[in-house]
Amino acid sequence: MRYMLIIHNDPALHPQPGGPEWDQLMADYAAFSEQLGNYTGAPLNDPSTATTVRIRNDETLIVDGPFEETKEWMSGYYVIDCDSLDQAIKAATMVPSAKFGSVEVRPVAEM
Amino acid sequence: MDEALETVWVRDRSRILATLIGVLRDFDLAEDALQDAVASATVTWAAHGVPVNPAGWLVTTARRKAIDRLRSTSASERRQRAWGELAIAWDIGDGIEPIPDDRLRLIFTCCHPALTLDAQVALTLRTLGGLSTEDVAKAFLISGPALAQRIVRAKRKIREAGIAYRVPSPDELPDRLGAVMAVITLIFNAGYLAPRGTALVNVDLCDEAMRLVTVVIDLLPDESEPVSLAAMMHFQDARRAARVDAEGLPVTMEEQDRSRWDRDKLARGLELLGRARGMERIGPYGLKASISAVHAAAPRPDLTEWGSIVRLYDALLTWEPTPVVRLNRAVAIAMADGPDAGLALVDDPDLASDLVDYHLYHATRADLLRRLGRRDEAIAAYRQARHLTDNAAEHRFIDQRLVAMVDPTDLTDPTD
Repeated sequence: MRYMLIIHNDPALHPQPGGPEWDQLMADYAAFSEQLGNYTGAPLNDPSTATTVRIRNDETLIVDGPFEETKEWMSGYYVIDCDSLDQAIKAATMVPSAKFGSVEVRPVAEM
Repeated sequence: MDEALETVWVRDRSRILATLIGVLRDFDLAEDALQDAVASATVTWAAHGVPVNPAGWLVTTARRKAIDRLRSTSASERRQRAWGELAIAWDIGDGIEPIPDDRLRLIFTCCHPALTLDAQVALTLRTLGGLSTEDVAKAFLISGPALAQRIVRAKRKIREAGIAYRVPSPDELPDRLGAVMAVITLIFNAGYLAPRGTALVNVDLCDEAMRLVTVVIDLLPDESEPVSLAAMMHFQDARRAARVDAEGLPVTMEEQDRSRWDRDKLARGLELLGRARGMERIGPYGLKASISAVHAAAPRPDLTEWGSIVRLYDALLTWEPTPVVRLNRAVAIAMADGPDAGLALVDDPDLASDLVDYHLYHATRADLLRRLGRRDEAIAAYRQARHLTDNAAEHRFIDQRLVAMVDPTDLTDPTD
């Protein structure tokens, strides 16, 4: 069964680029990704780089910014294959950002 | 025949259900199939006599009934997959061997942290406790349909999120076992705090909790924490008769008539605690039970060995460094070393801000201030405590204290 690990962070509580904490975080992520083996995933740029698209009544609406302005924003994701929720939760506990933010674990709906 | 069925039902229902869920991989299907099998038993056993292995008979029959159900309903792909698995599933219960005991898998699944606490309690009582939905609803003062919805959502979560039907691995076990014990504690407390003689609830949740912890103890014989939990429950249960006064007001342990404590239950608690201590790992429940035991050993409150209790709280803090544990430790220090020592800890700014909305924090402060003769501050703290709780019994209790403070001749200080 596939699960998406959705990482949310509050930048105020999360290490920022330029500094030993950041370097450590990057190293932790590299180690984590290697441990995962088979996966897809990526970090995301911050919400100020986002654009939101909607189509309503045949009209295309394009707006600057993310879907929702929140203190904690989505900063990355992984999609992994697991035998059970427990395995996915275990992987989520090892996501380096789990120490600062949250990792949502949601099953991928298989068609 | 009905008696035989009744006996099997009472003794083996949860075990049968646990096995069926393992075979069928579906809570609802297992419950429905079991119901079908029981209906079949009332007919077949009357005609052909009670089988040698009644529980096994029910399991095998339920499995066949499940296949019937899957065949007759418009099967989704998932169900068809289940049907295929069933066809090759091993046959159990035709012989005389007892059916396997899957209750551990069931209890750990019901108490999975991915479910809300309410759902864990409801599911545990329904599947392992064998209580009806109506009984569980009444016990927790919610409507039958609301509880049924809770259970439906929980089963759906188990299915859709892929919560596996398994006993956690050794590295997962301590946390997961803690969750199981938290659920059992909740059930016990719900039963303990229920007003006695309430005809509404015809089921004793304390008994259910005791039964559940016994199952866990039997199935995890190397774990000391469930044994400690059982000890704690005995200590608490022993105080039941003394817990409330004639008007139904709660009486603090300090003020309880200890001659009304049940000696047999205390003895049984001490026996269990001794057993737990003899096992390898001591944990938070072991420490909490030990604290209860120190109280139980004191024939009068002023004979309580508060020094031991302080040391036990020191140890408990390493496991649970929480504000409430810190507060309870401060109370013990106040008893051992005097109210000013206790107040110094209670007035710690971090603790104060953590517990600013907790009525017992202010009540504790008030009590310490009262014992130090700082009446105005004590009155203010009691009022703050009263403001933070809606519980009528607690209001009356605090009002009693306030009234006593306003009239100095009524002031009794147990530590004098």
